Amino acid sequence: MNSPVSRRGFLKGSALLSGGLMVAFVVPGANRFARAAEHQNKTFAPNAFLRIAADNSVTVLLGHSEMGQGIWTGLTMLIAEELDADWSKIRVEHSPASAADYGLPAFGGMQITGGSTSTWMEFDRYRLAGATARQMLVEAAAKRFEVAPSAIRTESGVVIAGDKRATYGELADAAGQLPVPDPKTITFKETKDWKVIGKPTKRLDTPEKITGRARFGMDVQFEGLMTAMVARAPVFGATVKSFEGAAALAIPGVHKVVQVPSGVAVVAEHFWAAKLGRDALKVDWDLGPLADMSSEKLLESFRKLAATPGTSATQAGDAKANFGKAAKKIEVEYSVPYLAHAPMEPLNCTVKISAGKCEIWTGTQFQTLDQMVASKITGLKPEQVAIHTEFLGGGFGRRANPTSDFVAEAVQVAKAAGLPVKTVWAREDDIRGGYYRSMYLHKAQVGLGADDLPMSWQHVLVGQSIMAGTMLEAAMVKNGIDATSVEGVADSPYIKDLPHHQVDLHSPQTGINVLWLRSVGHTHTGFVMESLIDELATAAGKDPVEYRRTLLKAHPRHLGVLNLAVEKANWGAPLPDGHALGVAVHESFGSYVAQVAEVSQDNLAIRVHRVVCAVDCGIAVNPQSIAAQMESCITFGLGMALHSKLTVRDGGVVQSNYHDYQVLRLNEMPVVEVHIVPSSEKPGGIGEPGVPPTAPAVANAVFALTGQRLRELPLQLSGV
Amino acid sequence: MLTLNINGKDQELDVPADMPLLWVLRDVAHLTGTKFGCGMAQCGACTVHVDGAPLRSCITPATAVAHGQKILTIEGLSTDGSHPVQQAWAELDVVQCGYCQSGQIMSAAALLAKIPKPTDSDIDQALSGNICRCGTYPRIRAAVKRAAEIG
Repeated sequence: MNSPVSRRGFLKGSALLSGGLMVAFVVPGANRFARAAEHQNKTFAPNAFLRIAADNSVTVLLGHSEMGQGIWTGLTMLIAEELDADWSKIRVEHSPASAADYGLPAFGGMQITGGSTSTWMEFDRYRLAGATARQMLVEAAAKRFEVAPSAIRTESGVVIAGDKRATYGELADAAGQLPVPDPKTITFKETKDWKVIGKPTKRLDTPEKITGRARFGMDVQFEGLMTAMVARAPVFGATVKSFEGAAALAIPGVHKVVQVPSGVAVVAEHFWAAKLGRDALKVDWDLGPLADMSSEKLLESFRKLAATPGTSATQAGDAKANFGKAAKKIEVEYSVPYLAHAPMEPLNCTVKISAGKCEIWTGTQFQTLDQMVASKITGLKPEQVAIHTEFLGGGFGRRANPTSDFVAEAVQVAKAAGLPVKTVWAREDDIRGGYYRSMYLHKAQVGLGADDLPMSWQHVLVGQSIMAGTMLEAAMVKNGIDATSVEGVADSPYIKDLPHHQVDLHSPQTGINVLWLRSVGHTHTGFVMESLIDELATAAGKDPVEYRRTLLKAHPRHLGVLNLAVEKANWGAPLPDGHALGVAVHESFGSYVAQVAEVSQDNLAIRVHRVVCAVDCGIAVNPQSIAAQMESCITFGLGMALHSKLTVRDGGVVQSNYHDYQVLRLNEMPVVEVHIVPSSEKPGGIGEPGVPPTAPAVANAVFALTGQRLRELPLQLSGV
Repeated sequence: MLTLNINGKDQELDVPADMPLLWVLRDVAHLTGTKFGCGMAQCGACTVHVDGAPLRSCITPATAVAHGQKILTIEGLSTDGSHPVQQAWAELDVVQCGYCQSGQIMSAAALLAKIPKPTDSDIDQALSGNICRCGTYPRIRAAVKRAAEIG
């Protein structure tokens, strides 16, 4: 969600949102650890995160949402490490929604999964959960065996004191009757003693995901549950004037047609009836003032804005005057289109409202806000809203929304219909449903000195603010700058050390809803900055790798991944005829990633054959998962680089499904190699930082191959 | 009433005439392993086998497969995840969010039933209709080859 700069802004500001839930980030969740251990059915429950039963099973209650990124396994590894658990006895489930138990102090006490934060934010808390349980088991064993705790060791779910042994399950009952120790008295293992952290570990959710047993929100079913589909505005900002539901109600299986704030819902016995009912529904829309809006017009208006002074994001010296003195001048414009998240599981949410209770089943990244929003709609207290987090069929940011849009709508439909309802979005609803990565336009003027290095950098960004107008505005928009709009430029190592630089931002409001999409601002700033550096290298007549090494000499972690990636990619070695390499390196979410892409062309199509990736994410908790996330990010980045584009015309979205909103398919997938830099730095994020370097690495390779400098995404070769 | 042979068992189901097989499986037979992704045969999440061949259940009316054809869903591929494709998927840690994987696995199983030792080009052809937004493609390719070895 944010770079260190914006993350700090969020952390600081988000306390305001939570009414003082924020506590010192020393022992997150300490209040929970201070409570008496729960003790039911001889199950040992030392804290909110794990249960040990008499049958030796260890159940991890995951406060975060598993959406593919692998925390089901990664966070569990943190507990298992300190608990000395038997890995084969561990099972994982999503926790109930509870800000008190699972809220993140750094997110104002809210329970949320996003911003590539789970591993580093939970690194201490989940280890503490495991270490606390272990200490209590040791104490219980010490009493039983009548030995000192120091004479006891633990190994794979067993407590051992000389020739005496007891399993964790055998000790669970006794351990559960002990007071929970003060977190300050708990010591963590030394890193040299780690057996789990750092070991490539396979996913724990594989068995249910290869057999169809894994339950996603879409799969929730129970007696009496209806399916609803909502007819939503065809044009941004349109509202319902009137509707005629008779034809919909005539479809067998359709029970109700109800109006909700987002449109008109058809409530039926199953999806197919709801769909036919919605097809038959007649809605008269007041199209409102945006009905002639188009991407072309918006881009033109962005371009005009870029020619005017914006709000300063960062500034030093006199960039304009020094540009005039430059030996070489580079003036360029880059642009990227609106993008949809298009996760494989279309949005859906199941809601059952009964006396004094609202139950919600959905794949969500933002439980606490969902509870608040549902509470407001139903008039219930937030704690009367129970959220059952199901597996997420992809998130990419769409399932964490500052308005909880898809949850709010489902609660509205259930309330209006007076029935338990699962709202299901068709793919067309998802593509046209109105929360996008904003279109962005960048205008840069960079002056090179006699030494061919930048001496002046002026940069204007134009694009919509994600945070403006949301509940997060106060936290995330400072002095007119939404940190997520400029991350990757305002804090760029190429810019921030220059004595003369100026980064300005325009944040126009268009009426189109925008949202964070995997790697957020870095989706466009990574592309622009790393393409632009290549342009400077070309102007300087330097090798792109050598040029970056010169500019990044004071940034060892950037250099580390750059050097590793180019070494593994054999940069400079002969390539097959018609192939070329391009490189990019970018930091985001506290992690550093470099990629080298090998491309060729087939008429006007760009073929990517290989991407070599080097990543420095600090301590690598699960190298297996890190490799998978880099592969995932690269695939996502290639989709953006080569295909994905959302077009606005006549106030609405032109594309509707995967045939015209294209993403990467298997036949286009290059060979991917991932190399992890060994590190003892604190963990960084891993779900997003692999995205930003992909598009520029490909664009730079395309330039090396063809001489065409492509400054728009998706990349499109011209037929010269 | 339609009679569908699903995972080896005949089932009498009361469904609207035009209802796609996908929604019969999910909403009537309560077999939710087969997924809805696009509704227009663009993503492959709804792939099942009909008489051994892969089929997009989201655009196939249930009536078209109610004449004794054998419908196989992910739930029927194996009872315990022991099909060679599932074994290879587990071995190579393929899945991420997992939503597309039923369809991927059914497409892969159909490919291997037809071509036991598929080439990269065979794999491209058989699996490029199955979208994965998480980007598990490199592991899918490797796992199809591994499943071919397991046999």
